[in-house]
Amino acid sequence: MFRITWLKTLFILGAVLLGALFALPNVLPPHVRDSLHALLPDKPIVLGLDLQGGSHLVWEVDKEDLRKNLVNQLKGDVRLRLWTERKIRHRITVNKDGSLTVTITDPNKVEEAAKALKELAQPVQVGLFGAGGSAPEVEVRREGNTFILRYTEAGIENRVKSAVEQAIEVIRRRLDELGMTEATIQQQGFDRIIVQAPGVKDPDMLKQAVGQTARLTFQLLCDVQPTGAQGERPPPGCVALPDEKDPNRIYWVKTSRRATVEGADLVDAQPSFDGQTGEPVVTFRFNQKGALKFARLTQANVGKPFAIILDGKVVSAPVIQTPILGGTGQISGRFTVEETRVMSAVLRSGALPAKLVVVEERTVGPSLGSDSIRAGITASVVALVGVLIFMVLFYGVFGVIADIALIANLVMLLGILTAFQATLTLPGIAGIVLTLGMAVDSNVLVYERVREEYRAGRSAINALEVGFSRAFGTILDANITTFIAAVVLYGLGSGPVRGFAVTLGVGIITTVFTAYTLTRFLVALWVWKKRPKTLPIASEAKA
Amino acid sequence: MFPLVKLLPVEPNIDFMKWARLAFIASSVAMLVSIVAVFTLGLNFGIDFKGGTLIEIRTQGPADIAALRKKIGALKLGSFELQEFGNPRDVLIRVESTGDEQAQQEVVRKVKKALGPGVEYRRVEVVGPKVSGELARDGVIAVLMALAGVMLYIWFRFEWQFAVGAVAALVHDVTITIGIFAFTRLEFNLSIIAALLTIVGYSLNDTVVVYDRVRENMRKFKKTPLPQVINKSINQMLSRTILTSVSTLVALISLYVLGGEVLRGFTFTMIWGVIIGTYSSIVIAAPLLIWLNARLVDTEEPREGAKVHP
Repeated sequence: MFRITWLKTLFILGAVLLGALFALPNVLPPHVRDSLHALLPDKPIVLGLDLQGGSHLVWEVDKEDLRKNLVNQLKGDVRLRLWTERKIRHRITVNKDGSLTVTITDPNKVEEAAKALKELAQPVQVGLFGAGGSAPEVEVRREGNTFILRYTEAGIENRVKSAVEQAIEVIRRRLDELGMTEATIQQQGFDRIIVQAPGVKDPDMLKQAVGQTARLTFQLLCDVQPTGAQGERPPPGCVALPDEKDPNRIYWVKTSRRATVEGADLVDAQPSFDGQTGEPVVTFRFNQKGALKFARLTQANVGKPFAIILDGKVVSAPVIQTPILGGTGQISGRFTVEETRVMSAVLRSGALPAKLVVVEERTVGPSLGSDSIRAGITASVVALVGVLIFMVLFYGVFGVIADIALIANLVMLLGILTAFQATLTLPGIAGIVLTLGMAVDSNVLVYERVREEYRAGRSAINALEVGFSRAFGTILDANITTFIAAVVLYGLGSGPVRGFAVTLGVGIITTVFTAYTLTRFLVALWVWKKRPKTLPIASEAKA
Repeated sequence: MFPLVKLLPVEPNIDFMKWARLAFIASSVAMLVSIVAVFTLGLNFGIDFKGGTLIEIRTQGPADIAALRKKIGALKLGSFELQEFGNPRDVLIRVESTGDEQAQQEVVRKVKKALGPGVEYRRVEVVGPKVSGELARDGVIAVLMALAGVMLYIWFRFEWQFAVGAVAALVHDVTITIGIFAFTRLEFNLSIIAALLTIVGYSLNDTVVVYDRVRENMRKFKKTPLPQVINKSINQMLSRTILTSVSTLVALISLYVLGGEVLRGFTFTMIWGVIIGTYSSIVIAAPLLIWLNARLVDTEEPREGAKVHP
């Protein structure tokens, strides 16, 4: 078993070198890193927020608020359908459980009302990817001339889902505006959003930006528009606003209340395609109040352009083709499909469907982060040196072999973490230090077994051979159990703890690998060179 | 003398079984006391599990804790704690959660306003009551899952008696460690759960190594009574157990001393875990096999003296 084959040697050295290659960028200064050959890995390890400083925020969609808004919306919808469109007299009461009781006071129109209210029961997709089929969003129950309307669970779930999507879109937009392009945004579970923003010292700015609702308005353009001449000023009652994409392009927009419809009255916006031309458009829907205002505005201004303004910037300035009376309409303007998707998200974000609540916040300042890195590195180095010395003291030349294996182990661990761009956190560093201490266990297991076999009367070389093969099962069993704990830890993982689980888990893999390959290889090399008759680690109390 | 391992006898022939009974009693008492302590004294839960606000500040000179206490007390935020953290300039402020998420957001704003400029905010953590509840639940689930996972693995690799013995030892380690937290009032937070899981991993590592040898010796010395087999196995593995524990402790103590204040609770738990894990695998997990009457159901090799009669 102690034969040294070229293939094996190459494989072992290759693995260690590969680890070193990937780990290398971590110790190079940035300018050297940038000048590396394109084929060489040049990315250092990713530092967690607790090491580089930054803010970790978790928002949750306020479901109570969402429910309240939905009930109000439903009320508005009922009014629009019954009174505004059909002049059906009715009475609405909001019940404690969030349902609406609609009593039709006009006995002749109950059937007509029933038909109108049925339209509200639009089906929505249920379950993942609509796997559960569809169910009505609103359930309508009739009892004589009263109707009870209630959002179904599927309906509310659907709204939470789209609220989260919308909120993610808003947050992404806001962060881009703030120049935080490094921030990551992701959905957590069903109704939460995690934002990780490196380098953010004061998350208040972030919270404000996300918390406040985007202001969306529809405003008529002024009759005169800028020509681009020097010193131009907008006419009275007008204001100059820049184009969203091209800040040099200026629109003059009317400011009067009569010429403005608030986006807060917008209920929904979706990317879609024009029924006739097939071009990508954005369809939108107002609530009752908005629908009325929008109808009035468009009726009086057919053929004129109006501007869709988000946070003081003109998103688009289409021409009103026909009066929009039903509270729904579409925005067309030679958009791409992607643009309509973004725009509808933006439009929806103009009317955030519910409050977002910060449920968790963890911010680490840059000074603590760099202190932690320094402390972590110092502790790791001292731990490494301590363990190296300990092993040499106890095992002499075999300790040196264990030390070489330990260093190779560390290099590979670092290389793997870097290659997979795993995030290194402070607990992650703790995991590395723990690996340092525990990695020599495999060597100790082998050496102690060798000592036993030697004591039992085997020759030095034979004891080494048998020691290795017999200890290996134990090494595997012992490491697998720790690995199980690491996997569970990863599953539990939130941020930093997960970093610990990752280093611990990867550390176990590299430990078993080095024990099985490198240590054995080095011992074989020693045997080949020394042809030993006795073992330097044999107990002096030899029987 | 050199290398030092020469001084470690390969098989020291210590009679551990003599001590096992005493260790059992001591450990049972310690576990009982721990459980009572956890239920009477309770644990000093950190904001991860209780919800609340944690702010670490650095003042320009040595911090005047009394003045800070007065300033924050004037805000009437409810119960709060101040604590020097690592050095005289760093102070940890903990404010207990009193209201919902919205109220907690106010706490940070108010504290920042009260302390004014000239204070550096090194760390701000706010955990809402909802999230803290979930974290606590997830933590308990994680520890139970880890126990179940390793139990299954050992059952699969050994026999059921070994699985029960190992898990009993782990429950012992975890219970007493939590008990220590009840007595010392050290903060019990998410990183402590991580440490507990690592202890589970480490202690098990130790136990499995001893069990491995017990199994091997049970096959080798079929006629020898179990207590002697177990004692022999522990003795054979003793030098390994000591060396690995010392090497791990060397690394962990370095981390405890130099790794910074944030990691201290975690490292403390780990150091303690290595000690108790080593203890339990030697004098709890292994002797338990006697009680459980461990036997090998081996199909690999025919038992000695087995004969096939026609």
